Amino acid sequence: MSKPTLATVWLDGCSGCHMSLLDTDERLLELTERADLVYSPIVDTKEFPEHVDVCLVEGAVSSEEDLHKIKMVRERTTTLIAFGDCAVTSNVPGMRNPIGVPPLFERAYIENATTNKQLPSSVVPRLLPTARPVHRVVKVDVFLPGCPPDADLIYNMLDDLLAGRVPNVAGARFGR
Amino acid sequence: MSEMPAARPRPRPVTGHGGAAPEGPARVTASVCCAASCVSAQSDLILKKLGEKVAEAGLSDVAVKRVGCLGLCAAGPLIAIPETGRLLRGVTPDTLEPVVEELRSARPNGHKEAQEPFFSKQVRVATENMGTIDPEDIDDYQAHGGYEALRQVLTSMTPAEVRDEITRSGLRGRGGAGYGTGLKWTTVAKAQGSPKYVICNADEGDPGAFMDRSVLESDPYRVLEGMAIAAYAVEASEGYIYCRAEYPLAVARLRTAIRNAQRSGFLGSAIAETNFSFDIQVRLGAGAFVCGEETALIASIEGRRGTPRPRPPYPAVAGLWGKPTLINNVETYANVSSIVRNGAQWYSNIGAAGGKSKGTKVFALAGRVVNTGLVEVPMGMTLREIVYDIGGGIVDGRPFKAVQTGGPSGGCIPAEYLDMPVDYESLIKVGSFMGSGGMIIMDDTSCMVDVARYFMDFCREESCGKCPPCRVGTTELYRMLDKICSGEATMEDLEEMEKLAAIVQRTSLCGLGQGAPNPIFSTLRYFRDEYVAHIVDRVCPAGVCTIKPAEVAR
Amino acid sequence: MTTVFTFTIDGQAVAGSEDQTILEVAEENGIDIPTLCHLDGVKDRGACRLCVVEVAGSNKLAPACTTQIAEGMEITAHSDRLLEYRRAIIEMLFMERNHVCAVCVANNHCELQSMAEEHGLTHFDLPPISPVVGIDASHRLFAIDHNRCILCLRCVRVCDQIEGAHTWDVMQRGIETRVVTDMGKPWGESTTCTSCGKCVQVCPTGALFEKGRAVARGSKTRRPYLPYLKVVSEERG
Ligand SMILES: Cc1cc2nc3c(=O)[nH]c(=O)nc-3n(C[C@H](O)[C@H](O)[C@H](O)COP(=O)(O)O)c2cc1C
Ligand code: SF4
Ligand code: SF4
Ligand code: FES
Repeated sequence: MSKPTLATVWLDGCSGCHMSLLDTDERLLELTERADLVYSPIVDTKEFPEHVDVCLVEGAVSSEEDLHKIKMVRERTTTLIAFGDCAVTSNVPGMRNPIGVPPLFERAYIENATTNKQLPSSVVPRLLPTARPVHRVVKVDVFLPGCPPDADLIYNMLDDLLAGRVPNVAGARFGR
Repeated sequence: MSEMPAARPRPRPVTGHGGAAPEGPARVTASVCCAASCVSAQSDLILKKLGEKVAEAGLSDVAVKRVGCLGLCAAGPLIAIPETGRLLRGVTPDTLEPVVEELRSARPNGHKEAQEPFFSKQVRVATENMGTIDPEDIDDYQAHGGYEALRQVLTSMTPAEVRDEITRSGLRGRGGAGYGTGLKWTTVAKAQGSPKYVICNADEGDPGAFMDRSVLESDPYRVLEGMAIAAYAVEASEGYIYCRAEYPLAVARLRTAIRNAQRSGFLGSAIAETNFSFDIQVRLGAGAFVCGEETALIASIEGRRGTPRPRPPYPAVAGLWGKPTLINNVETYANVSSIVRNGAQWYSNIGAAGGKSKGTKVFALAGRVVNTGLVEVPMGMTLREIVYDIGGGIVDGRPFKAVQTGGPSGGCIPAEYLDMPVDYESLIKVGSFMGSGGMIIMDDTSCMVDVARYFMDFCREESCGKCPPCRVGTTELYRMLDKICSGEATMEDLEEMEKLAAIVQRTSLCGLGQGAPNPIFSTLRYFRDEYVAHIVDRVCPAGVCTIKPAEVAR
Repeated sequence: MTTVFTFTIDGQAVAGSEDQTILEVAEENGIDIPTLCHLDGVKDRGACRLCVVEVAGSNKLAPACTTQIAEGMEITAHSDRLLEYRRAIIEMLFMERNHVCAVCVANNHCELQSMAEEHGLTHFDLPPISPVVGIDASHRLFAIDHNRCILCLRCVRVCDQIEGAHTWDVMQRGIETRVVTDMGKPWGESTTCTSCGKCVQVCPTGALFEKGRAVARGSKTRRPYLPYLKVVSEERG
């Protein structure tokens, strides 16, 4: 039997959750022995595979690209994990929500810009009206809050999942 | 109700206050409604002008008189001619000539015009003087049996006997919950502490309700008398009437009435030449719905922010300034003097069809019914009689869809229950609530999800903000309903909403939050298909809601 | 002489004197009932609803912090249903304002944050309200960030009942409810505030904080205020 496949994706987040994943240190080796890491910002694959068993999603759904990506990921994934506060609550990316996109852009790109005052247009994906937690867009199977979640919690959760147990995330909390 | 025993005969009306007084006994009287609804259509000017015109016409045997609410508010300004049973509708200050002519030719020959069912099916207890007496004239009140009850109580009954009489009458609180009035009085009487206080709850905050306002505007002495009797029964010496400031006419009439009652020895010290003393002050509320909740009302009288507190302790034990306090609704007090005068048995025989609910209830009929206005009916009358006989049926002959009772904590009752009796228990059984007496009739042009949203919007705005389930919960529920109304919700959202509604109901501190989810529950109970239509088919069956175009990302 | 009542909480036999609340007796017996608006030393208001318990024979929930004990009461302080209610209340508090624990001055010192963890809340099902609310940093030493306020009114009560300044009060209602200084004037212009800092110390979240503190550095535990409050209020009777 082939090993289960593991993926991680990164939407609107700061990469801190991925750093915390790396903080599992030598246990990473063990995890990659038990599962194939098939897609991640920290590996080379360019295309998200057709089917993945477990996928960690960092970051909120903020842009049209995020929206497109998370829908695709959800379709191809068996167990989807909202990984860290941005994915779980929208956290820091969500701080713009009360403000709204146009005033936000005005402030960031016009008022506070020293040179080249103009709104971004072609290259960057368009922002959605609000940054949303992943589960407000697609179904989420496991929530692991934390900013970032502690490495031990990440390891224990993956350990449980790979062993076929219901993951225990006791001790996880919003923030630190 | 034919089985209703007749009240004791009352002296003939004295005429001639506020308008034009005849020299001898009047041949006919023009009773001009001067309650808020008609006053807002210039009935006070009509009163003045008609008095002048009657004098000009030399009709010295015609009295023109200011009276309280005549009931059919939507058809106002109204003038009644009690001697002939005529009710003139839609009178204006410029169309008084025909009125004068009618008064000239009217001959009271005992042959009264047959009354419409709107009037004939009503049984008037709390509103018995409404539209008959001059609301500012204490002599007129006394001429109609006013203050007989107070005299009787003070001179020939002990406080315990009075409480017993009220208990046996079966009177229950008319402010909403229907708590036994006699039991409440007894609890206050037995509570330790002095002084004790009596409060009249005239905050009347339900949207569309105006029962208490009409009573205060039309027969204020009756409420003062009821409070004085209550004060005697619970041995209190000070009273407050907490009235919303949006009722300026009611407040003005109350103040006049209090002044006149003090002058005539029915308030103040040594009332009716006995050693019983009791005085009343008016306190104005700023119109927050929650200030009608008894503990919030008390906080407001004390000068604090009007927010409820957990009960127990109940006000009967620790109320105003921490002292035992009796708090009853306007209409509750308005029934008291009639009960004392006519006896507990007389009262409890009214509305025999009402089971554990006795007597009458005043309702404000509103919505898609032909006769909107104020009605008083015996407990146990069927919804059908109220809507079709008294209310005259649905406007334009459209199909009846539902009736909403109980205000923002109430529910919608569908057509299948039109033959149910209207009483406290029956209403609860079908998922609604008596409330203070608002009754909104809806036809097929009403969307029930929209109705639920309307009431949730009201609760959200009126939540005092003290406890999170109500403060946050009503806002969340409102947004969920709004999402359904605009066709953006899913069936999971509906499930989520039901779950949250149950939690808000269970965990909120006071009746506002606990009752707020009721309109959701009752509309879901009887009209779930309308919710589903908005969500699944993305249509509003009644054509009320604007469904947003489909492509919105969820 | 005070009467002693015996009764049970979660099946455990307990005893208390007649003037005690369920919460007081529970605490004395090591039974943990979650609270947010309760604060030792100031008057309880039964507002946050977190401490609600079931009393056998009553169909209403009773807030433990304001409900007097009675002989023979059978109290359920922990059950699956109560857990569901408490989780829902915590969730509503999070949804009401903009709580971003990661960047909050009270991160790791916040009672709301701890309460969420203790109740196993890993995410929120309710949609966030995301209101636009402000920050008042006009005071020389302190600031209030309404994004974090849960309206427990500890600040209002401690300022009024202990400090005697009554700088804080409440304005508006429903979801618009806000705590205010001097009837709505900026805190820095307050003529009643004595700058004692009691409100900052008792605030359960990062709503009230000392200026100049970085994220997660707004520890409220450095001054042992809470026992002090209780002693003061007991002395005053
Ligand atoms: C949110 C809320 C609003 C209320 N508003 C009123 C009101 O406007 N008038 C009223 O008489 N009772 C109102 N009540 C009921 C009162 O709390 C109280 O039960 C009543 O005045 C008692 O009088 P009764 O026994 O004569 O009905 C309200 C209750 C709640 C929970
Ligand atoms: S239920 Fe609503 S109105 Fe009642 S105390 Fe709570 S917030 Fe205030
Ligand atoms: S500022 Fe803090 S102490 Fe004051 S009400 Fe808000 S959360 Fe409570
Ligand atoms: S601690 Fe009891 S209601 Fe808040």
